[in-house]
Amino acid sequence: MLTVWAILIDGFIYASWLFLVAAGLTVIYGVMRILNMAHGSLYALGAYAAASALGWYYADGGDQLWMAFAIIAVCAVAIGAVTGLAIERGLLRIMYGRDEILMLIITFAVLLILEDVMKLIWGTTPYFAYQPYAAMGRINIDVLTVSRYDLMVLAVSIVIGVGLWFWLERTRIGKILRSIIHDREVSKAMGVNVGRMFTITFMIGATLGAIAGGITAPIISVVPGIGIEVIVLAFAVVVTGGLGSITGAAIGAIIVGLARATSIHTMPELELFIIYAVMAAVLVFRPHGLFGQAVARKI
Amino acid sequence: MTEILKTEGLSRYFGAVTAAEDINVTITEGEIVGVIGSNGAGKTTFINMVTGYLPPSKGVISFDGKPIKGLGPRKLMRKGLTRSFQIPQLFLELPVIDNLSIALAAAEHKQFQMLRPVHTPERLKAAEEILEQMHITEYRDEMVTAMPQGARKLLDIAIAMLGNPRMLLLDEPTSGVSMEEKYTLMDTVMEAVRARGLTVLFVEHDMEIVQRYVTRVLAFASGVVIKDGPVDEVLADEQVQELVTGKQHKPAATGGDA
Amino acid sequence: MMKADRTELSLIGVAIAVAIAAQFSPNWLVFTLTLAISTGLVVMGVVMLMRAGLVSFGQGLFYCLGGYAVGLGGRFLGITDALVLIGLGVVATVAIAMILGLLVTRYREIFFAMLSLAFSMILYGILVKSHGLGSTDGFGVVDWTLLWFDSETSDGANMALMLAIAVALVIALFLNRYFKSSIGLACEAIRENEVRVEYMGISRQQILYINYVIAAAIGSVGGSMTALAAGHVDPTMAYWTISGEFVFIAILGGTGHVAAPFIAALIFTLVRTYAVELAPNAWQMILGIVLLLIILFLPKGIWSLFTRKKGAAS
Repeated sequence: MLTVWAILIDGFIYASWLFLVAAGLTVIYGVMRILNMAHGSLYALGAYAAASALGWYYADGGDQLWMAFAIIAVCAVAIGAVTGLAIERGLLRIMYGRDEILMLIITFAVLLILEDVMKLIWGTTPYFAYQPYAAMGRINIDVLTVSRYDLMVLAVSIVIGVGLWFWLERTRIGKILRSIIHDREVSKAMGVNVGRMFTITFMIGATLGAIAGGITAPIISVVPGIGIEVIVLAFAVVVTGGLGSITGAAIGAIIVGLARATSIHTMPELELFIIYAVMAAVLVFRPHGLFGQAVARKI
Repeated sequence: MTEILKTEGLSRYFGAVTAAEDINVTITEGEIVGVIGSNGAGKTTFINMVTGYLPPSKGVISFDGKPIKGLGPRKLMRKGLTRSFQIPQLFLELPVIDNLSIALAAAEHKQFQMLRPVHTPERLKAAEEILEQMHITEYRDEMVTAMPQGARKLLDIAIAMLGNPRMLLLDEPTSGVSMEEKYTLMDTVMEAVRARGLTVLFVEHDMEIVQRYVTRVLAFASGVVIKDGPVDEVLADEQVQELVTGKQHKPAATGGDA
Repeated sequence: MMKADRTELSLIGVAIAVAIAAQFSPNWLVFTLTLAISTGLVVMGVVMLMRAGLVSFGQGLFYCLGGYAVGLGGRFLGITDALVLIGLGVVATVAIAMILGLLVTRYREIFFAMLSLAFSMILYGILVKSHGLGSTDGFGVVDWTLLWFDSETSDGANMALMLAIAVALVIALFLNRYFKSSIGLACEAIRENEVRVEYMGISRQQILYINYVIAAAIGSVGGSMTALAAGHVDPTMAYWTISGEFVFIAILGGTGHVAAPFIAALIFTLVRTYAVELAPNAWQMILGIVLLLIILFLPKGIWSLFTRKKGAAS
């Protein structure tokens, strides 16, 4: 019984983190039909920016928890929005209209470039910013101990999920974006500035990636390669849930999160295996993921 | 007079929308039948069902006396039932000769050969013959992307005629082709069809083309066949004039059909 | 027909020339050449899939299987003959590819890319957790023999290169024919228009399946050759960034000619040798920038430079 509780708690905490990481990826795919491999780099950039800024703050004798969160938020939003704008305006803009698979390869190139840019800026030695994590402490739920920081990640994840849903379903821009998702050509014909919507979408997606990285920074050691590791997890989540669907990303994150937690508590050697096995299994039965849709071809 | 294609109670629904309802058609070997109807009348749905692209919701289709419902395009092609497309389905980034060579290799069941070149002298000869017959020899070594629309239509039909089919379904062979080209295109196609003794069913919007090339017409409206008979009789029918051909002063040169 | 013979003759000629030149080359160059040819083989598999319109971000799966088959065969089965070890890898790979192929050939575009990536990451995940196999460190390949030669007593590096050249030549000759055959053209036809392929009476599923399995087998040979030359295998062979490098090299060379992947692999391996020394933190950046430049300015790869010149001359 204890294991079940542990699996559920760990599973949902991990799922909330996975959702944070995957949300930006699925938003960008949904609107732009670009599976952005560089999303992992945005995550890493957010983590580096937050970790180094937190490092300065604590080195200066700062000890306010709310300031630490403000720093994480500001750094992540700033670096995510700026980098997102640069990638979209500087590169993707001239590539629109190409095959989805070619866009994937282009963003792979961006990922390779950003990986080394980060090495040039931050070097290869790890960055640590554990202070907020440590300061928040742990709480006991029955006999299980859970970090408050992890619970906060869960809360942030829910807020972002609900926020995204509200943004897409209830705002004017969201309505326009949904029309683009539904039919890009018709939207264009009806006077929608698709180019500007793409810029907005990409910046928001990129920022979400950076926020995920920033929030994760206090939990991990920030080293080169974390983006490359994270992106494949995010892929597994969005493909399982169905590319381009926010609900899909949430469900995919929960499935993958629970599967991983189950594996860690029962068969730890299968941890990595299980994530991709779940994805493969879902695709066998639902070729476009749980919430994905097939597009019919006109002849 | 052997019947080659027969549909009974053929229907197709997309959710609550009826695309085709209770279609009963019998085509005899050697007939050239026109299919007319306004946009969304169910013509293409009918063709797609008969050629295995779209599974029918209910009904029976038989070809050459045997049931073919549920068979995919591949098996139907092997039975001698092929089609051309409203939007030509070609290998755009391959040379025209390769488009034909692979079709010829497939017709011989040789698509799995790994070591022999696909361009055998026999296949090249057969490809050149059909290019000549369709009057598109000049494009032999060009990419399909370099061909104008009319030539693409002809290549699309040429590919459908390889492999000795018995029946050919043409989905709007003249759509997207300029007025001046339409008749030369149809003359070319019909000559090739007659030389092979094919049974043909073709969807067409242009009533003058229909009148000139077919003997029998199926008129579709709202998913049902409202009239089936000799061309003059169908075109003179009041209901057909109202629902399909409109006022008959000018041939309607409409474009696409969903 | 004439043209095909000419390509075959030049392939044989180049292979002999490289083999002779290797006798007068320093050891590091011999080793680099062997790695480049092995990598080129894996890339051939990626190119085969690309010709059918599929991009695999998981060809490292078969590369890794080939490598581990050599390592495990030598270690646990006591096999030392290189050809038998390569054969072992091919058999194991084909068996796995025949199962995976049933699933992945149903997918296109990014789904194919992601699914192949996932399978390769599954293998990575298993190997990383296999402590008996050295976990992330991998393990060494035992000394191998080739027919009556022994890699210990004779010049091992040279022997590996000769074997690589011979294997690569056979595969290149095969693929040169394969690309011009019915199935080779059918793959390209599937890339261009699957609807028409089906209406021609061809099963795209069967064609893609056969193509996938052969590409896997060739990738496995490349992995086996790498293991024999480097004397070591580790799980990163299956990590997705390695597969990404194969895609990079495939795009660099282009799909226009069987020799292109080998030339691209040689450029890649040579540049990496220097870049890792001179600017270890800029190597990936170079890759990324070059990749973008190729996509923008040489969409058919560097091989198109040769054909373009030829076209201008005639």
